[in-house]
Amino acid sequence: MLDLDSLQERFGNEITESSFRDNRRIVVPSDKVYFVLEQLWREWGFDMLVEMTAADYLEYPGATDRFGVMYVLLNTTTGERVIIKTHLNLPDPELPSVFPLWHSADWLEREIFDMFGIKFEGHPDLRRILMPEEFTAFPLRKDYPLKGRGERHNFPVITRAES
Amino acid sequence: MAVGLPENLFLTKLDAAASWARSNSLWPMPFATACCGIELMATAASRHDMARFGAEVMRFSPRQCDLLIVAGRVVMKMLPVLQRIWLQMPEPKWCISMGACACTGGVFDTYAVVQGVDRFIPVDMYVPGCPPRPEQLLAALIEMQEKIMRTGTLTGREFAGRTKSNGPPPFDLDEVRRSQEAVGVPGLDIYTPPEIQLGNAGKLN
Ligand code: SF4
Repeated sequence: MLDLDSLQERFGNEITESSFRDNRRIVVPSDKVYFVLEQLWREWGFDMLVEMTAADYLEYPGATDRFGVMYVLLNTTTGERVIIKTHLNLPDPELPSVFPLWHSADWLEREIFDMFGIKFEGHPDLRRILMPEEFTAFPLRKDYPLKGRGERHNFPVITRAES
Repeated sequence: MAVGLPENLFLTKLDAAASWARSNSLWPMPFATACCGIELMATAASRHDMARFGAEVMRFSPRQCDLLIVAGRVVMKMLPVLQRIWLQMPEPKWCISMGACACTGGVFDTYAVVQGVDRFIPVDMYVPGCPPRPEQLLAALIEMQEKIMRTGTLTGREFAGRTKSNGPPPFDLDEVRRSQEAVGVPGLDIYTPPEIQLGNAGKLN
């Protein structure tokens, strides 16, 4: 069972823990998150990255940072799960890629990049994964209008006479 | 003037003969991108049996088809594919837009979903419903056959006049209004609201 004290001992006291039902969440500052994750991978046996996602906390009551990035880890031997969370801000949200630790991060990081514009330093192939290549905005950011900025209508029209 | 015709012969116009042949052997191209596609399959399956109307030969190559059935929502990434498939179909060809999503975008009024394929490709027949029942699709097919019989010509002259898209222009008033609804909440320190630039598109003329 991962204990918070040993993490705090190693990485400082900014690391905090909270829980909701049976979810353990450990909040780590963004400059340390890679080292914490590496430690979890190397020494605590978290060998699977189940899910990795982000949230935009714009207009969220009490939020102090713009983005949160969550890593859901699983130790497949003991069945232990833990959620590592970190916060990022504009103008250049950037994190080190965890692709070297878990290859499942490949598409997950591409998706976060596509939807939130968070860059992952060291990712082997950071391209858009859902939206078309030529799309310029990051649609899951809360300041992007739900209905888009007209991109969905930016296509040539084929009429019956010319086709 | 009396013309002596032997039995088993009748006279017709070439246009009518061509339309009769075409309308009774429509080969659909099933462009099924979402849930409407399931209903399209049901229409072709034994219970509703589209073969009764001569349209059972679903071909997955646009080169062999003459009726495009757009069944489901089309997103930004799919639209160029749809247009390409339409262009690949040989003349004469027709298009049925099936379901609320293909006709108008349906409930998916979001940044990625095209709000009606008729904005970008020509559509002959709209089938409302979410999803339309197989009977509705069959009704549209029969209607389509009637339309071909009524307007069809051997050389496809009837298409020449259709030089505008069927759908609304990309930035009609409604669309502008919808994008203006989406202004964010000002006065938050971690946030600056984006400038929405409409350019000339928002102009009333
Ligand atoms: S119209 Fe309804 S059934 Fe058809 S694709 Fe849209 S949501 Fe699905």
